[in-house]
Amino acid sequence: MSQIDFSAIAFFIFSLLALGGGFGVVTNRNLFRGTIWLMVSLFGVAGLFVLLSAPFLAAVQVLVYIGAIAILFTFAVMLTRSLTHLTARYNRLWPTAIGAALLFAMLIVGVIWPVFGANEAFAVPASDVVRNTTDLGLALVSGEGYVLPFEVASLLLTAAMIGAIVIARDVDEEEIGE
Amino acid sequence: MVPLWMYLTVAAGLFCLGVFGVLSRRNGVAVLMSIELMLNAVNINAVAFWRYNTTIASLTQPAPSELNGIVFAAFLLVVAAAEAAVGLAIIITVYRNRRSVDPEEADTLRG
Repeated sequence: MSQIDFSAIAFFIFSLLALGGGFGVVTNRNLFRGTIWLMVSLFGVAGLFVLLSAPFLAAVQVLVYIGAIAILFTFAVMLTRSLTHLTARYNRLWPTAIGAALLFAMLIVGVIWPVFGANEAFAVPASDVVRNTTDLGLALVSGEGYVLPFEVASLLLTAAMIGAIVIARDVDEEEIGE
Repeated sequence: MVPLWMYLTVAAGLFCLGVFGVLSRRNGVAVLMSIELMLNAVNINAVAFWRYNTTIASLTQPAPSELNGIVFAAFLLVVAAAEAAVGLAIIITVYRNRRSVDPEEADTLRG
């Protein structure tokens, strides 16, 4: 079969972005560059979402993760820049590296090996399952859908926002003010 | 068409990179970034299993339960955003009090 499978090429490019970015995050000495690698990795994951026919999720990934969370990390890196700790990047480098590699091997054997052969049979063509945002919105707010988790998620976001403000508030300044 | 096990392999690799980063990095911000990597791996898995499920057909009006994977991934995004906000606030507070972002040195609550 001489036809080029463009989705396979895109898959390899995006997974290379995701894994390479992740490798850059965990190995980079300069954490500011680490946030850039994090953005690369998140962009790769967004591309994988497109290939998995979830375009809305890919858009949300780019907007929320790259646009908001990665910028938040950039601010945190710049706010906590401590030059005294640049010498040591890792605690217990080799035990954790070996442990992570062992976990990867266990995942390959335990989870991926059982589905290795049987997956081409139930692959639905991509054009059949591209859902639109209307379906997702209806699923989020309909009574037999996910309306309760949706409300809990909004409560969680409010609690996290208030909690972050309360935790990060400067206490010394407040005491001087009193 | 890319088979399911390739997506699972990429997700497993990303998850293990995150595990390594969480356990080994000496900077709290890097630990949180590694947690984001792990959450992204879970997201890939959720959407991939949803996509390769046989029961989703080409329906014009899908039931809410047929959008499981996407909805789970959307909720995971919410949780990740909340975790990043609170975690970074904690790290900034620890840095302000102890002039360090090393999680090993934040041992005030150690018994």
